[in-house]
Amino acid sequence: MSTLALTMPSSAIDQDWRRVLRWGLICGGVLVALCLVGMPVELDRRELIERYLSLGYVSILLIPIVIGRIAATQVVLEGFESRKQGLFDLVTGLLVGMFGGTCLTLLIVALDSWNLRDPLVNWSPKLFRFLTYENGIGFGAMAWIVTCGLLGMLGAASHVVPTIVRRVSATVVLSLLGLSVLEGAVDDLSEGFGLDWLTDLLYAKKGGLTLTSTFVAGAVIAVVAVLTSGRVKALTTSYREKEGAERQKASMILFVVVAVLCIVLPIFLGKIMNELLANVGLFLLLALGLNIVVGLAGLLDLGYVAFFAVGGYTTAVLTSPNSPFFAPEMHFGFALVFVVIFAVIIGLVIGAPVIRMRGDYLAIVTLGFGEIIRLLFLSDWLSPYFGGAQGITNIPGVDLGFATVKGTDPRSVFYLVLFFCAIAIYVSWRLQASRLGRAWMAIREDEQVAEAMGINTVSCKLMAFVVGAVMAAFSGAVLAAKVGSIFPTSFMILISIIILVVVIVGGMGNIAGVMVGSFVLIGVLGGPKQPGLLQEFQNFKLLIYGMLLVFMMLKRPEGLVPSARRSRELHQEEFLQDAWLKGDKLGADDDDGETVGDDGGEEE
Amino acid sequence: MPTHAVETKSAKRLVAVDRFLTFIRVFLVTMIVIGLLAFVWQQIDADNPFARWRNPGARGLTGAQFKGLLISGLSQGSMYGLIALGYSMVYGVLGFINFAHGEVFMVGAMTGFVASDKFAANGMWESNFLLCLVLIMLMAIFFSTFTAVLMERVAYRPLRNSPRLIPLITSIGVSFFIQNLVLGLFGPSTKSYPRLPEWLSAQRSVPPERIPWPDALTFQVGGTRLLVLVVAAVSMAGLWYIVERTKTGKAMRAVAEDKEIASLMGIDVNRTIVTTFAVGGAMAGVGGILWGLMFRSVTHMTGFLPGVKAFTAAVVGGIGNLGGAMAGGISLGSAESIAPLLILEPLGVPGVSQLKDAVSFTVLVLVLLFRPSGLFGERLSSEERA
Repeated sequence: MSTLALTMPSSAIDQDWRRVLRWGLICGGVLVALCLVGMPVELDRRELIERYLSLGYVSILLIPIVIGRIAATQVVLEGFESRKQGLFDLVTGLLVGMFGGTCLTLLIVALDSWNLRDPLVNWSPKLFRFLTYENGIGFGAMAWIVTCGLLGMLGAASHVVPTIVRRVSATVVLSLLGLSVLEGAVDDLSEGFGLDWLTDLLYAKKGGLTLTSTFVAGAVIAVVAVLTSGRVKALTTSYREKEGAERQKASMILFVVVAVLCIVLPIFLGKIMNELLANVGLFLLLALGLNIVVGLAGLLDLGYVAFFAVGGYTTAVLTSPNSPFFAPEMHFGFALVFVVIFAVIIGLVIGAPVIRMRGDYLAIVTLGFGEIIRLLFLSDWLSPYFGGAQGITNIPGVDLGFATVKGTDPRSVFYLVLFFCAIAIYVSWRLQASRLGRAWMAIREDEQVAEAMGINTVSCKLMAFVVGAVMAAFSGAVLAAKVGSIFPTSFMILISIIILVVVIVGGMGNIAGVMVGSFVLIGVLGGPKQPGLLQEFQNFKLLIYGMLLVFMMLKRPEGLVPSARRSRELHQEEFLQDAWLKGDKLGADDDDGETVGDDGGEEE
Repeated sequence: MPTHAVETKSAKRLVAVDRFLTFIRVFLVTMIVIGLLAFVWQQIDADNPFARWRNPGARGLTGAQFKGLLISGLSQGSMYGLIALGYSMVYGVLGFINFAHGEVFMVGAMTGFVASDKFAANGMWESNFLLCLVLIMLMAIFFSTFTAVLMERVAYRPLRNSPRLIPLITSIGVSFFIQNLVLGLFGPSTKSYPRLPEWLSAQRSVPPERIPWPDALTFQVGGTRLLVLVVAAVSMAGLWYIVERTKTGKAMRAVAEDKEIASLMGIDVNRTIVTTFAVGGAMAGVGGILWGLMFRSVTHMTGFLPGVKAFTAAVVGGIGNLGGAMAGGISLGSAESIAPLLILEPLGVPGVSQLKDAVSFTVLVLVLLFRPSGLFGERLSSEERA
């Protein structure tokens, strides 16, 4: 924390060199790592602005901007005098960016002189051509150092320029980026609404915005941004500040809008987009279940995929004519009853032994159970019943009388998923405020205290397991009907972890958060096997998931859309510190119990 | 009166869960006993109806087979032990499971592959194997230690005082990230280590033939396994020396006991924690090389299962207890290689070798059901024992 020295640096040259060096090294490391992972070369195929800019270059160019901005961020502590931001920060950004550029240059030189293709698969002439713009080493080197330096400065400048300029330019850049990156989705949408002419105008034939349309769209967005500046923020704050009945009314309106969109939108969407929405729904269903287990009850269940598998296999065995041992060929609706029964049984069987364990042991043991279930389905021992590695194929869709829900018709699958999601959302919403839900939250916060207050922790925790298991099993059942075949490989531990990321990024313990999380992550990046909107990221999405999980835990453990109670719990110390700095009488007492009680009182 | 009613009601529910747990315990133990008995009967009298009750085709094991299984279990177990040390030390000091420790092991194995591949290409692997071995081991130790220390600095240090599950979730993210970073850097293909020189991998008998020794206690051991056992033993001895006999080790034990008091005594807690991660990482690096030499194949997923099993080993031995971690590793390795044939095969389960991993997870569940503090007792500071 040497940056917080009270003696202020007097000029732009008088930098905190260690800080600059550190962030420069980080910037260079990230850039080189990205190149060696192969992201820019792979993404280079996708053009954003016809012939001028590809997604590959954007993925590299964004790094110095972001890191420049972070490097120039100042920790402002209440009660301390803070330095005015200015030229000093610009120089920091410039130096950090140039450092990153230099690392890239070194990479170019190394690429030219050695061949490390053998262990490093992306050490290729392609990367060399990408980095030098096919113009030779000298040009590449100069270009990277200068561009990265300038971009770093740009990032740092975001602290210096007036708010309105920053906000408008950020809006323009981000919306242009969104417009070009999500070209497929926009195309599909406009086709559904009969607005083909607009997209034809906007996008070039081979993909990417045309140069003119970039400027026109940019200008339009800028004008809109200037006109609406501050309004959006005011709207969200006013929503947040609403209390009681008014808040409920606003939430209701929001909910109705989302619900109507969900029902109406698929009609206008094409096959690919509907497929995508169906996948989002499947994972939302899983995430809602895990949200109850992890988010509300605080039990970190890493073997959650086991329940997904149970749902899928139960449906497969009961409905498919190809089931090897027992094939009653039931209707999907009847099968659902058994899905619930088996989910409850497995939930209890897995839950009972682990319920008394410490939180972290519970995580690993459930992980073990998740693996055991997959290994059992895969083994020769049970293959006469479940088909082993060949799985169970030929699962019929859902026959509704007037229509059949099948994987070939993603729209109907989406409506089926939507139906289950609606149930799950309603159930979670009702549970959250119920006696049981409050008991879960109490257990999450402090198990011993909860027990002392008369909560039966064992049965409450088991209930959480069971409710989560049933939701996951529904999702598995829909998956079976959608895909039409079930294999042990469809239920890797990976899925558990991805759902965990969804829940955590969205916001643990908050239904809206989980919805946002699954839309953003599964919709944009894609599930473990399902492609998302950014199909180019297929090979990198797991890397991004891992990074997101760490980042969220470090910077925003309460998630994108936090639940109020949860974020208070997580930032308890900061609340106390703020109170102490402000010289709050109650906080200064340094008595944890009292202050926490006070905080809780405010919240009611 | 109403309070009384509530009490009995909740007591009843508790009993239901407990009954179920007892049932699970009894069931598992019965299965194990039946399997074992059937196996013993098979060995005594192969045509005994009880031995053939579930599995008519069972033939039992010959002494040589049994010894072979035991040796493979021991060598695999010693690797689990080496990884388990890292889990155990970190748990002892910080009180959370470093889920990404398996990835540290994988980084070691991967480093070993890259280096040994290069050595094999220029012929040094054949001509000067021992030097190569030392070199790749040093490199693996370096990169594993680096990974572990970086991990601590970036991901875990900022979370030192946060609720217990937060660092665990972070470590899952770190593990995921490292796996996929390695996947991106080195590609998805399975990498195979170069073949070991003939003189090393040959079968040897232990103890050597010229020493008079009863045949029944002579083991035929592949040279690679022998190497694994020796290196593991040497590293364990080194670790024991560091922890028990040096000042650094003393600091580590003090920090594990109580961080605050340790810092009051003038111990640099941050530095000690970094040392703990570094030593654990080094052990995992050695384990990675041994894994590569023994199984000769590495992928980006290599760290996952050994990692979880090593954690199991740490729990079996009593987490925080270093000797226990090694003993736990060895017993888990042996159980995993012997138990499927000893217990599951007589029970008539086909394809038992596929259930190896399921067996080790079952061991974890069993240990946590019967003795949550492990076979040799936990060594944790009072605050983390809760």
